[in-house]
Amino acid sequence: MSDVVGLEMRQAYAKVVGDLYAEHPGEVYALEADLSSSMSTSGLAEVMGASYVNVGIMEAHMVSLAAGLNLTGGFAFAHSFGQFLARRAMDQIFVSLAYAGLSGCLVGSDAGVTAEHNGGTHMTFEDMGIVRVIPKVTVYEVSDPVQFEFALRDAYARKGLTYIRTIRKAPKLEVYPPGVDFGSAGARVLRDGSDVTLVASGIEVVEALEAANLLAESGIQAEVIDSYRIKPLDADVILGSVRKTGAVVTCENHNVINGLGSAVAEVLAEQAPTPQYRIGVREQFGQVGTTDYLMQHYGLTAPVIAEKAKELLARS
Amino acid sequence: MAGDLGLFATQIRYLTLRELANIGYGHFGGSLSIVEALAALYGGELTFDPKNPDWPGRDYFVLSKGHAGPALYAALAASGFFGVERLWTLNANGTRLPSHPDRQKVEGVEMTTGSMGQGISVAAGIAYGLRAQGRPNRVYTLVGDGELNEGQCWEAAQFIAARKLTNLVVLVDHNKRQLDGWASEIGGESDFVAKFAAFGFAARSVDGQDAAAIGQALADARLETGKPVCIVLDTTKGAGVSYVSDALDNHHMRLNDAGRSAVDAAIEQLGAALAREGISYE
Repeated sequence: MSDVVGLEMRQAYAKVVGDLYAEHPGEVYALEADLSSSMSTSGLAEVMGASYVNVGIMEAHMVSLAAGLNLTGGFAFAHSFGQFLARRAMDQIFVSLAYAGLSGCLVGSDAGVTAEHNGGTHMTFEDMGIVRVIPKVTVYEVSDPVQFEFALRDAYARKGLTYIRTIRKAPKLEVYPPGVDFGSAGARVLRDGSDVTLVASGIEVVEALEAANLLAESGIQAEVIDSYRIKPLDADVILGSVRKTGAVVTCENHNVINGLGSAVAEVLAEQAPTPQYRIGVREQFGQVGTTDYLMQHYGLTAPVIAEKAKELLARS
Repeated sequence: MAGDLGLFATQIRYLTLRELANIGYGHFGGSLSIVEALAALYGGELTFDPKNPDWPGRDYFVLSKGHAGPALYAALAASGFFGVERLWTLNANGTRLPSHPDRQKVEGVEMTTGSMGQGISVAAGIAYGLRAQGRPNRVYTLVGDGELNEGQCWEAAQFIAARKLTNLVVLVDHNKRQLDGWASEIGGESDFVAKFAAFGFAARSVDGQDAAAIGQALADARLETGKPVCIVLDTTKGAGVSYVSDALDNHHMRLNDAGRSAVDAAIEQLGAALAREGISYE
């Protein structure tokens, strides 16, 4: 394992990929499409030599290139901003990697509002939804460096096709201590509660934890789940909690369509119909702004989560 | 086979036509135009073991213009990757021989293709990976002139040239036509030799219906050390069957009575030519 505690997410990415290369030289590749400076991976060129490939501004080619490398026994980690992978290269992800049965790990950064001043063109609220519909793909949204390392190492060890959604900079809070064993689980209960379940991923995990504190002040005990694996969703963990609480609020820095909220709703609708509210972006595009401003604008903050949970409990 | 690439091309054309005539529809035009290129590749240029398709020492061929899958299947069958009778399962319900190449279903198919523009990038990845490992295997990919409408092809061309992937040869099937009509009318007049040369390739044109000439161009490509090679195949869409090559809409055809009798006649003629050489697929 690497020591990623305290690192920015991009620094953790570069460190873990560099370590994986050192552990599996000749097999592990790192691909960039002219965003290595943004992702702190430019230093990997010296470490990885020919196994580090900055292809230039050609995301579609990069994804198909990863497929070709896999055909020679290589395993590529390919990074770009999430929208340039999911939106721009969906067909390459689908055909060159998924349909062809090939392996690789796509890392989409600048999740949702954290694209900040790059604004609406760069702000992806739909990347998980686009990728999630592909058969057999694994989708993670990670919340801190320790979890990011787990997801990267899992992608390598499991092979197959993985999409990891992350922010680029430091998380507001490091949720996990170093060396935490996520095992084969895809979700983890971070706080026990009996009245309502808050299911969150990415930057919304911290907001859900804060919302639980706010709810506790009103005598409402919220159970908080970090559902970092969006697909396949860890239905057991979510069902176990929801059967106890009878109400669920999903929290995502993403469109409410086809992301975490939809994934949870699909499971619950079929196995345990439950009153639900989805915190997330509704029928809006992105825009420029600071993360804090945009989280308030789109209603992604702890107070909004707490308010919606109360409304949900009042009507259920 | 290497001794008579023309005869091998006749075998591939004969099997391609029977394969398509058997179901009565398919991508006749673009399958027939690449028959000689496939003959030059599978009849001499490529190193492979049909009984061990995953042999690490093999050369790689990626048919980027995946809609010509039936011709590739004919070449694979004629090369011994699987029995000829497999060709009669093309597109049957539940088949393991779908119209577009599928690496998970068909022995000898290196890459799943059909969505235009991706195969050339995949071939670049294979070539890059092989070179990084110090392996001598060579990589070949065949793109269509219509396919070169796709921007990804030119992303790949930039990459291949920038990285000097001299272990990769790009072949262009310049058959002048795409699904909706003349490529020159849809995408403008294109000098593909000049275009690929401008991207940094050693590019040349060759008679794409002359298997021996293609074989020579591929042999020459091995001597090029400074640049990746692009061979533009000057071809005719539907080559070898005038009913097909004369038709305006020969990209995908569903045979009517006239078409069936024309294709059956071509099959009979090609079959007779093969019989004279002692080759029979009955």
